[in-house]
Amino acid sequence: MSGNMNLTLKVWRQKNKNAEGKLVNYQVKDISPDMSFLEMIDVLNEQLIVKGDEPIAFDHDCREGICGMCSLYINGRPHGPKDRITTCQLHMRSFEDGQTITIEPWRAASFPIVKDLVVDRSAFDRIIASGGYVSVNTGNAQDANSLPIGKEDADLSFAAAACIGCGACVAACKNASAMLFVSAKVSQLALLPQGQPERYLRVHNMVAKMDEEGFGNCTNTGACEAECPKGISLSNIARLNRDFFVAGIASDN
Amino acid sequence: MGITGLFLISFLMVHCFLNSLIFINDGGETFNLGAEFMAKNWVIRAMEIVLFGGLLWHIIQAAVLTRENKKARPVAYAASNPSANSKWYSRSMGLLGTILLIFLIIHLRHFWVVSRFTDEITSGKETLFNEMKEVFSQLWVVILYCLAMVSLGYHLLHGFKSAFQTLGWNHVKYNSMIEKIGVIISIVLPVLFAAMPIAIYMGLIK
Ligand code: HEM
Ligand code: SF4
Ligand code: FES
Repeated sequence: MSGNMNLTLKVWRQKNKNAEGKLVNYQVKDISPDMSFLEMIDVLNEQLIVKGDEPIAFDHDCREGICGMCSLYINGRPHGPKDRITTCQLHMRSFEDGQTITIEPWRAASFPIVKDLVVDRSAFDRIIASGGYVSVNTGNAQDANSLPIGKEDADLSFAAAACIGCGACVAACKNASAMLFVSAKVSQLALLPQGQPERYLRVHNMVAKMDEEGFGNCTNTGACEAECPKGISLSNIARLNRDFFVAGIASDN
Repeated sequence: MGITGLFLISFLMVHCFLNSLIFINDGGETFNLGAEFMAKNWVIRAMEIVLFGGLLWHIIQAAVLTRENKKARPVAYAASNPSANSKWYSRSMGLLGTILLIFLIIHLRHFWVVSRFTDEITSGKETLFNEMKEVFSQLWVVILYCLAMVSLGYHLLHGFKSAFQTLGWNHVKYNSMIEKIGVIISIVLPVLFAAMPIAIYMGLIK
C-alpha cells in the first residue's frame, strides 16, 4: 500500500536479569502509518517467529492507555515522541519512512530488567502496600452527600488518582526518582476526608519505602510531569513535601 | 538543599548590595565604611560562621544527592533526548555548583583571606577598595568572575524556584510570583556582581 513505511529498529535484547544485553538491528517493511507502535512490534515478532528466532518480550495489556502496563523508551523519550499518551496509544504516523527508531527498556536500579524490554515494576506495588490505602471497612454504600467534599479537592484528588503506575516518570527522570508516582498516590488520599486519619503515617511510610527501594532523589527538573501520560502535576510533589515535613515535626511516628 | 540554598541567596543579596556601593564612585569611601562595619560587628562575625556552615552543608548535601542519584540509574540510555522534557540547567546543578565552588575558593583567597588573615587592612596600610582595584586589574580575573556569574545565574534560575518546591511552598496563587522573583534574582545578582570587575578593569570606578 502506498504511504506505508520501512523502518530500522534498534531494540534492546537481553536474555534475562543477569545476562548481558545489547541493541540489535531489525528491518521492518510495509508498516501502515495507522498501526499502533505495539502492533508494529507484533509484526516484527511474527517475522522473528517464522524465522525461528526468539520474539521480543515487551509489556502490554489493555492497549487503550488505561492499565499502565506498556512501557518502552523510544528515541530517547518514555512512551515515544508525543506528549500525554502511552506507547499503546502511539501510532506509526508519528514517525517517518526510513527512520531509525531506538527502543530501550525503562532504566532504573529499582526496575530490574526481566527480559528484553520487560522490567520488573513491583517496587511500585511495594510502595503502595506500605501505605497507599485507607484502612477502614467501608460497609454498605453511604447516602449520597453524607460526607461533603469540596468540588476543588474532589477534582484535585481525581486528577491525582489518574496515575496508572506506568513508571514513565522514573524512566524520564535523570535521577530515576519516583516522586511523581508517590506524590500522586499520597495526594489522592490526602485530599479526601477518608484519607485524613492515616495522612501523616502514610506519607512517612511511603517515602521510607521509596527510598528503601533505591529510587533517586527529586531535584525538580520537571521531566516527570512533561512525560507523564496522565498529566500528573508537580504540585502533588509539593504537597508530598509539605505533608512529609509535617509528618517529621508533628506526628509521633 | 532548599533551606541552605535560600540561605545562601539571602547572603548574596546583602553581599551584592554592599559591594554595589562602589558604583557610587566616591573613591570607595562609602564602600570602605560598609566593609569596616561588617568587619567589626560581632553579629556579622557570628553570621560568617553560620554562612560557612551553610555553604559546607549545601556542598555535602549536593555530594550525597549526586551520588545517590547516580546509583539509582547505573545503566545509561543509549539514546536520550532530555531537552524534550527539561531545561539543561536544571539537569546541570552539580556542574554549575562545582564551577561556583572553584570560583569561591579563588574569590575567598582574593578578598577574605587578605582581610582576615593578614594585617594589610586592619593596620590601615590598605583598604578593601584598593585591594579590589588591584585584583580586578588582571584580565584573567575579570573573565573568571564573568564566567562564574553566568554559572550563578543559571544555578539560581533553577535553584530559586526549586527550593520553594522542595519546601512544599507551592500555591497556584503564588507560583507565578515565585517564578518571576526567581528570574529577576537570577539576572540582577549576577549582572551586578559581573559589572564590578568589568567597571573597575575599564577604569570607570575611580
Ligand atoms: C559551592 C558550590 C555549590 C555547589 C557544589 C552547589 C550544588 C548544588 C546542587 C547539586 C544542587 C541540587 C541539585 C538540584 O536541586 O537540581 C543545588 C541546589 C541549589 N543550590 Fe547550590 N551549589 C553551590 C553553591 C550555591 C550557591 C552559592 C547558592 C546560592 C547563592 C546555591 C543555591 C542553590 C539553590 C537555591 C538550590 C536549590 C535547592 C533545591 O533544589 O531544593 N548553591 N546546589
Ligand atoms: S505519575 Fe504519571 S508517569 Fe508516573 S507512574 Fe503515574 S501515570 Fe505513570
Ligand atoms: S497497554 Fe495498557 S496503558 Fe498501554
